[in-house]
Amino acid sequence: MNAPVKDLVSPTWTDVGAVSDIPVRGARRAPTARGAIAIFRTGDGRLFALKDACPHKGGPLSQGIVHGHAVACPLHNWSIDLATGEPLGADRGKGCAAVVPLQVREGRILVGIG
Amino acid sequence: MPKERLVVVGNGMAGCRAVEEIIKRDPDRYAVTIFGAEPRVNYDRIMLSPVLAGEKTFEQIVINDAAWYDRNVAALHTGRKVARIDLAAKRVEAEGGLKVPYDKLILATGSDPIRLPLPGADLEGVVTFRDLDDVGAMVAAAEKGGRAVVIGGGLLGLEAAYGLVRRGMDATVVHLMDILMERQLDESASYLLRGALAERGVETVMGAQSEAILGEDGSVAGLKLKDGRVLPCAILVMAVGIKPAVEVAKASGLACQRGVVVDDQMRTSDPSVFAIGECAEHRGIAYGLVAPIWEMCRTLAEVLTGDPEAAYEGSTLQTRLKVSGVDVFSAGKFAGGPGCEDLVFRDAGRGVYKRVVIEAGKVAGAVLFGDIVDGGWYYDLMRRGEDIAELRDTLVFGQQITEALRGADPRSAVAAMPDQQEVCGCNGVCKGEITAAIAGQGLATLEAVRAVTKASASCGSCTPLVEQLLQLTLGDGFQVQTGPKPVCACTGKGHDEVRRRILAEGLKSIPAVMQALEWATPDGCSACRPALNYYLLCAWPGDYRDDKQSRFINERAHANIQKDGTFSVVPRMWGGVTSAAELRAIADIVDKFAVPTVKVTGGQRIDLLGVRKEDLPAVWSDLNAAGMVSGHAYAKGLRTVKTCVGSDWCRFGTQDSTGLGVRLEKFMWGSWTPAKVKLGVSGCPRNCAEATCKDIGVVCVESGYEIGIGGAAGLNVRATELLTKVATEQEAIWTICAVTQLYRETGWYLERIHKWLGRVGIETVRARVEDPEDRRALYDRFAYSQRFAQIDPWAERVAGRHAEEFTPLTRRLEKAPA
Ligand code: SRM
Ligand SMILES: Cc1cc2nc3c(=O)[nH]c(=O)nc-3n(C[C@H](O)[C@H](O)[C@H](O)COP(=O)(O)OP(=O)(O)OC[C@H]3O[C@@H](n4cnc5c(N)ncnc54)[C@H](O)[C@@H]3O)c2cc1C
Ligand code: SF4
Ligand code: FES
Repeated sequence: MNAPVKDLVSPTWTDVGAVSDIPVRGARRAPTARGAIAIFRTGDGRLFALKDACPHKGGPLSQGIVHGHAVACPLHNWSIDLATGEPLGADRGKGCAAVVPLQVREGRILVGIG
Repeated sequence: MPKERLVVVGNGMAGCRAVEEIIKRDPDRYAVTIFGAEPRVNYDRIMLSPVLAGEKTFEQIVINDAAWYDRNVAALHTGRKVARIDLAAKRVEAEGGLKVPYDKLILATGSDPIRLPLPGADLEGVVTFRDLDDVGAMVAAAEKGGRAVVIGGGLLGLEAAYGLVRRGMDATVVHLMDILMERQLDESASYLLRGALAERGVETVMGAQSEAILGEDGSVAGLKLKDGRVLPCAILVMAVGIKPAVEVAKASGLACQRGVVVDDQMRTSDPSVFAIGECAEHRGIAYGLVAPIWEMCRTLAEVLTGDPEAAYEGSTLQTRLKVSGVDVFSAGKFAGGPGCEDLVFRDAGRGVYKRVVIEAGKVAGAVLFGDIVDGGWYYDLMRRGEDIAELRDTLVFGQQITEALRGADPRSAVAAMPDQQEVCGCNGVCKGEITAAIAGQGLATLEAVRAVTKASASCGSCTPLVEQLLQLTLGDGFQVQTGPKPVCACTGKGHDEVRRRILAEGLKSIPAVMQALEWATPDGCSACRPALNYYLLCAWPGDYRDDKQSRFINERAHANIQKDGTFSVVPRMWGGVTSAAELRAIADIVDKFAVPTVKVTGGQRIDLLGVRKEDLPAVWSDLNAAGMVSGHAYAKGLRTVKTCVGSDWCRFGTQDSTGLGVRLEKFMWGSWTPAKVKLGVSGCPRNCAEATCKDIGVVCVESGYEIGIGGAAGLNVRATELLTKVATEQEAIWTICAVTQLYRETGWYLERIHKWLGRVGIETVRARVEDPEDRRALYDRFAYSQRFAQIDPWAERVAGRHAEEFTPLTRRLEKAPA
């Protein structure tokens, strides 16, 4: 939550929108030059970012149902841990969606995508 | 040796406590001078809330009276602000020209309340909540009565609103977020808190963005929200947060970020100057509660009285809300996080919710509502980092039970329970009654125990205990039975019970259901949330607001997601009938948006496949312009009504099957159902519309209409069973709508009609729809709910509803705000 100050002002962080742009228990997609990323906001107000591609068959995780700190992939319903990008339950251990560093600064969302 | 000169800027909680701690350790070392901007001695700021509520007086919250200052402090300057620090000359300069030299300086200037820069923010009657003067202003305003509006649903805002209600006002809290005290509470606790506040006369408006403060003759008259609503008020409290008071430090050249930057010894960028309390920023955190302040003061006192190695290493926080009779506790990572697990306990009867968060085998946080006696215990376990493996099974039940059972096998604990101990709290049944009934009346099942003793027959939370008693009394003769299939792993309750209780208890939101039915997870999962959303929608037409985030993507985006993340668009073609104009419009859209595939579906309509999500509203707009609406090809709702050409053209046609299909589709489209519903109408028993393998199928004959239900041709292939035969088209429509409504009201989520039929039996369904009154009532309920369902979702989104769903976030490439 509280990263060293130098990280917050370093230019590798990109502003992708306001916290209020992401629906609670929902997600939005942010296209970038290196592929889309999914930004999630959970029921308890926390934010997470993952590459928007499911480890199963690349489903767009930003389109899934967010529950607890997980998202259900919209294509075949794998449950993905938002903090680690790893599938939960029966699909544990089968790959991983890349975690994208994320910061919140004065209500804005910053992601570490260079 | 002359005393060293210690100057303290800020006569608040931190400044005075630091002086007390120093004196305790070395009473003769410093000659202390204190500056305070407030014109009074120091008092317990957190008790301003009870003062506002009239539960305490100012005298009762004074911490150090004048005599204390006389004894311990060389000079106290109240009502005098320090304007500047001359670091080079080691001297503070106060307002009015007073200059005081120091050897050591402590900054304890606290925070300033944030004032939103809304139009009208300078009107008379717009106040913040920070010091005694603010309380005075609120009490004076409250004497005139009327309504108070508080912006901000955090701790301070809620305490302000409650205090004003106690002073005789009506109070409304407007909060930007969907969760009250979102930095301390999760959704479930917030839901309970809203209810408890409502009982005490504090209304809460969530997701409310303030736009402007309205005035009359220079005084506040109301708050205008972005959605156009105006909330009239006689006083407006802004409780939207605080910012560390760093003005003086910054102007004097001390390093500041959000607060005055300090190291682990509370030292600022100048080695003679220290900062503590809310104005300080330690390891990137500026705290807003007193517990960390006390720790800072202790460390600082060690440092200033001879132990240069003493270090403050940051604090874990706990919060309690001070609203009488409302018990809320929160500490640590109450909302979980990477690698955390939740232990959840709910007791709907008592309005209790507890969530203990476990990380790496230790307590990492907790949020409690309604029963907070164990808050301190969890906080303690958390701070000591105790391994809770041994306590885990009972942790969530609290300290008393856990310690009583520590290390013991739960079976032996049950065996050791005294006969008089209550097992079922709802019905007041104790252990002895249950074991006596089991032994004396030969009871062998949970159901039998429920029927005889009523234990476990209400909320069910004692079910495991009752089962253990059965096991203990009967030995291996007892087999745990499986009850109705639970909705999902978040609950032990079955679909029927959930549906029944939603109606019986008037539950009107997902958090309400989860609390009343004691869900085991904080906000459900992707299996139960869509189910509850449907049950609520069906139970309260026109009243319940659909929860978009509890919908699968297809129903949220009103299009079907494809394997590559694009979507398909299927407009309605009523009864499979189309026209040159519709086909021309579709052709134009295909060209305009370069739609890669156009396919005729198995449901007698056209599918445009491969549309980008961003293009959906534009594609729909063009379809709408040509008179077409959503075909709900994505919905747990009415899909298609397949028809054949019927008596209009076909040489065998007995009735107008196309016309009936079109009428049915036009009347029934938009309805949400437990699973998809497909209809078919064939003009004669040759059945070209395949009506006998649809959920509801009509086969027209010379003498009328044969209505069958429960057909399927997907994962299962089944022919319909004949439900009834009617003579007129009107009766056919009534009957079909009545069956659909019965299915809507009693089907389990995702249960197709044929499965439902297998469960309830055709006889039951037939009895209901052949009884004219019952059929009428079912039909009326269907028709009523259609009033709210028949809104073309595409047209709504073309008009801008949920635009965020279809617009990706855009990057702002400029540097982040510093
Ligand atoms: C487009 C279409 C195939 C086609 O090209 O013809 C189709 C396409 C899909 N069907 Fe179908 N079904 C289509 C007619 C059918 C039919 C035939 C019919 O309706 O007469 C059936 C058998 C009849 C029945 O439902 O019993 C059919 C039985 C299924 C099933 C099995 C349902 C079951 O309970 O057994 C599924 C899976 C499900 O719903 O869980 C399914 C699921 C799907 C999904 C939604 C798969 C998915 O979840 O993504 C496909 C969506 C593609 C899309 O984006 O449009 N589709 N599907 C047809 C669209 C009809 C329409 O106009 O709305
Ligand atoms: C209504 C209310 C309820 C609260 N409830 C709780 C609670 O339940 N639990 C909890 O932990 N915390 C609570 N808090 C927060 C708690 O009161 C603060 O964390 C605490 O008071 C901070 O102490 P401080 O000494 O840093 O600041 P303060 O107590 O604000 O003291 C700072 C003092 O410095 C003075 N000052 C500022 N600038 C200058 C200057 N240039 N020259 C001279 N003097 C100056 C100010 O006038 C002020 O008197 C509550 C706060 C409020 C307002
Ligand atoms: S049968 Fe239906 S679900 Fe299966 S591939 Fe074809 S369209 Fe998709
Ligand atoms: S692509 Fe995500 S579950 Fe298959």
